[in-house]
Amino acid sequence: MADVVATHETIVVVGGGISGMTAAVEAAETGKNVILLERTPSLGGRVNQLYKYFPKLCHPTCGMEINLRRLRANKRIKVLTLAEVSKVEGRAGDYKISVTLHPRYVNDHCTACGACGAAVSAEIPNPFNYGMSRMKAAYLPSLMAYPQRYVIDPSILGTPDAEKAKEACKYGAVDLDMKAEELTLSAGAVVWATGWRPYDAGKIQPYGYDRFDNVITSVEFERLSDPRGPTGGRIVRPSDGKEAKNVAFIQCAGSRDRNHLKHCSRICCMASLKQTTYMRERFGDEAQSTVYYIDIRAIDRFEDFYQKVQADSTVRFVKSKVANITEDEVTGDVILHGVDTEGYHRYDNRHDLCVLAVGMEPSVDVRTIADVAVDASGFIEMGATDGGLFGAGCATNALDVNRSVQSATASVLRAVQVVNRVAKAEG
Amino acid sequence: MADMKIGAYVCQGCGLGERLDTKALTLVAQKEGKAHVVREHEFLCNGQGVAMIQKDIDEGVNRVVIGACSRRAKAEAFSFENVAVARVNLREQVIWSQPATEEARELTQEMAADYMRMGCAEAKKVQAPIPNPEHGTNRRVLVVGGGITGMTAALEAARAGYDVLLVEKTGALGGFMAKLHKRIPYREPFADPQATGVEALAAAVAQESRITVFLNSTTTRTSGAPGRFSVDITTESGQTQTENVGAIVMASGFTPYDAAKLPEFGYGKSQNVVDQAGLEALARAAAAKGEPMRRPSDGKDIKSVVFVQCAGQRDATGTHLKYCSGHCCNTSMKQAMYFKEQNPDIDTAIIYTDLRTPGNGEDFYRSAQRKGVIFTKGKVASVDVNSSGAATVHFHDLILDDKAATMKDVDLVVLATGQVPNSGVNIDIPAGAEDVDVAKAAEQSVSVLNLTYRQGPDVPQLRYGFTDSHFICFPYETRRTGIYTAGPVRRPMDIAQAVEDATGAALKAIQAVENAGLGRAAHPRSGDLSYPTFRREGCTQCKRCTVECPFGAIDEDEQRYPQFNESRCRRCGTCMGACPVRVISFENYSVDSVGSQIKAVDVPDEFSEKPRILLLACENDAYPALDMAGVSGHTSSAFIRTIPVRCLGSVNMIWITDALNSGYDGVMMMGCRHGDEYQCHFVKGSELASYRMSKIDDTLKNLNLEKDRVRLLEVAIADIKRVPELINDYAAKIQEIGMSPFKGF
Repeated sequence: MADVVATHETIVVVGGGISGMTAAVEAAETGKNVILLERTPSLGGRVNQLYKYFPKLCHPTCGMEINLRRLRANKRIKVLTLAEVSKVEGRAGDYKISVTLHPRYVNDHCTACGACGAAVSAEIPNPFNYGMSRMKAAYLPSLMAYPQRYVIDPSILGTPDAEKAKEACKYGAVDLDMKAEELTLSAGAVVWATGWRPYDAGKIQPYGYDRFDNVITSVEFERLSDPRGPTGGRIVRPSDGKEAKNVAFIQCAGSRDRNHLKHCSRICCMASLKQTTYMRERFGDEAQSTVYYIDIRAIDRFEDFYQKVQADSTVRFVKSKVANITEDEVTGDVILHGVDTEGYHRYDNRHDLCVLAVGMEPSVDVRTIADVAVDASGFIEMGATDGGLFGAGCATNALDVNRSVQSATASVLRAVQVVNRVAKAEG
Repeated sequence: MADMKIGAYVCQGCGLGERLDTKALTLVAQKEGKAHVVREHEFLCNGQGVAMIQKDIDEGVNRVVIGACSRRAKAEAFSFENVAVARVNLREQVIWSQPATEEARELTQEMAADYMRMGCAEAKKVQAPIPNPEHGTNRRVLVVGGGITGMTAALEAARAGYDVLLVEKTGALGGFMAKLHKRIPYREPFADPQATGVEALAAAVAQESRITVFLNSTTTRTSGAPGRFSVDITTESGQTQTENVGAIVMASGFTPYDAAKLPEFGYGKSQNVVDQAGLEALARAAAAKGEPMRRPSDGKDIKSVVFVQCAGQRDATGTHLKYCSGHCCNTSMKQAMYFKEQNPDIDTAIIYTDLRTPGNGEDFYRSAQRKGVIFTKGKVASVDVNSSGAATVHFHDLILDDKAATMKDVDLVVLATGQVPNSGVNIDIPAGAEDVDVAKAAEQSVSVLNLTYRQGPDVPQLRYGFTDSHFICFPYETRRTGIYTAGPVRRPMDIAQAVEDATGAALKAIQAVENAGLGRAAHPRSGDLSYPTFRREGCTQCKRCTVECPFGAIDEDEQRYPQFNESRCRRCGTCMGACPVRVISFENYSVDSVGSQIKAVDVPDEFSEKPRILLLACENDAYPALDMAGVSGHTSSAFIRTIPVRCLGSVNMIWITDALNSGYDGVMMMGCRHGDEYQCHFVKGSELASYRMSKIDDTLKNLNLEKDRVRLLEVAIADIKRVPELINDYAAKIQEIGMSPFKGF
């Protein structure tokens, strides 16, 4: 990677999701040189795995397309994928960032023709579908993948499959001897946009995510509903493949709970409301969605969306923190137990499928990598120190896409301030 | 300009060599496309292939036609300086959209040959654009509004090294924040109200040498474009000075919803009913005197306070605000804490339907509970205040399902009313609007920016008066280039969010200044150097371009010709689509560049059973969907000929009539959703296309053609399976109605 040029006037963006991509293009379009680092093989992050956005019910790939076009057209951005940051040292205007570049085993000769994928027979769980489907061990991470380049999964190295992939490629793109590289980048400022991960639903023991097939998470339900997903968009139960027409959505699964995440993850109410529209889209009047909630947090004009969903006769709201879930071992149905606090009625409600609206937690513990102030949940606190590392998007707070982009744009200005100061000092 | 010299290149990689006769394709480019240089290459996108093309460019080739993969692939490899490049999509939309069978070979080859012809035709009509000559280079930023949002935007822009003019209507900086006793906590441990810090912030603004503050002033006239705005700043006493700026941040804030519209809650009937702003005033006044807050009506001790959430908000009936203002739950908790601080024995109850304290607001909520603030899920119906000043709050207790619940002997009732944006004039309300009240309100509202733009004096509003963008991925995209709105005028928000929003808007303003200086387009065609020009002698001054431009970029000059203000333009081409006399064009996109592609297609005769269908596809959504359909192996009719367009709004009717006149059997158009939930990134483009096409029936009738010869479809980028199905359905429809009678004329 000798062609990576980084100076004290460079802005390094860590994380290639919507926040990081936004930060990179906004900074570059302001005339700054940017290095965008992404840990996985392609850009896009979690939004790329969403079927639709609330409240417009439009597709994340639409904005992704525009951002990718902006990124491709801008020579000021250098993108490094499979790039993992291990250490950030230094101070504003003078950072050293240690990066490990993991091998892709495919070089930039790749044309994404698909020959290696066709040649390989081994299959691995597909992370794009949260492991709910399998894919070839030589793969393009998604249809919108950037770079548009295949990846050879390390699990087939040393097997005949790896050789088959190599032979299938006419362009010499498969390089099985590729090694991890260590590099140190200079930067004036760092935008930290490593995003979020879904809270580990297995830790919420009463809900039985680790025991019951038909208790899934909201991010898994998103893939299930997506025509590009593991079932081609059929909403079916993991246990028996039966259509799940009667679905329970449990809000605050892990959030607003001192035993788990003490913060409110902000997006989950709107996400579940959105997912009830998937139910209607799929099953029409036969859909039955029940939302178990404490408070519906449809802030500002999202209220419109809430009112629209409330008007849908297939959606029912129960104000209740569900106490626990049991499984009917014969049918695979899930039974939710609790008290409806509006009138204090006990219930034992049977559903085909239960979706846990899992909370957001920071995907990376930034404290182990850089000297930066974080709150008790591990989110980066903005403006708490006068350093040159700025959080963006869900690394700073549980945010929706719109707010993440807003946050990323703000962080870019902070980074620009630093590199402009450096430029002035360096003359 | 140097002579045109076309180089056409056909790649044999990715199966193109096996599926197509690439030699024949180069001959098509040479003989029919008049390419001066033609070459095949087994792997065009690799270093050698690219070097081969570059060598030809160095030797005089100035138009490059690349027959390989989609323009969305290998963009970096095939970007050459200072030459026009036409990408011919032989991979995703030819060989991958067709079955790999021997029977399909002939039609696949015909498809590829047509696309080569089209690529050569396009290359002849386009040029690598040079930056527009009008670019302004003023780098100052104007910030309108001196509240927390405006002060933050000004300071942050100044800290990045830009000079700022800050215009504030009142006699002091601070805005609404200066009226607050304390603010909602924004740092760990999120437990107690924090000082606003507004004085320190105002002092920092005053001390910053890069910021010039204009108090008691408004912007009375704003003209120009990014990089060269001219702004009249007028003081209360009527003195005006004209300043030049490069970009604008509009931070005009909000006004609390008028609680007088809520007489059922006793506001206006008793001093003991206040809104949240009124409570802040009480708290500040008391703090200034070092005294506890007392009952406004008679100065008695306060023992009980009730907070009514969503007062005049979240109102589905439409009488009051329909939306939620986001901050009010936290604000009421903060205000309840003022009383708990004063005396922990004061009863404070918050009556709410959904308590909305996202993020770390949850800590603040728990803190309020610890301090003994009572939370009651309910809906307040009315508030009575008796002659002695004690209030009774009547509410529906949603937990006990008691419709006649009351709270009695309440000393103070606080109404959590919402935020109403100070967004100026709603320019989208047409003169003579049927809704008299709305029209009157629009007339009465005072403009913030007083833009001289032909489309109106303020920034277009999205919903409920907020000037937000409609795009989830692009919150700062207003419909006025170089003008960014921030804070509660954009969407309801609290201080912490306003600070972040102001910082983001300041970045966008700086970016607009930088782009304008280089003559480059802003989002979504960022970096595009092309710009619209028009042939003055052909213009009939019909004004359609000025009316239809989604970004209000086009004004009229003194002689009533369109004046394009290139730096305001987003390069969507809607003006080009609108122009009935076809005098508007871009250097790299014009009526001619697309028209020539349409005409370049070889249309077989009536008896060939090979219809030709033109597909004009939005380059942002439909075209990528077609690419991904190919990648996914979904095949579709070989009779389709696709041309990506910047937006359906740029589609000029002449393309349709030309296509039909030259023997195409059908024309499809695929654009983005329009209407309330529009997805068109040029806002109005797909809507305008749909409106224009609603008039196509007359044209078809005149040509004596069936209605189905033209079909307009809404498509999303995710319609990867659906797009080929739509094509096949339409091809079947054409089969059914038969070949066009216009072949061979």
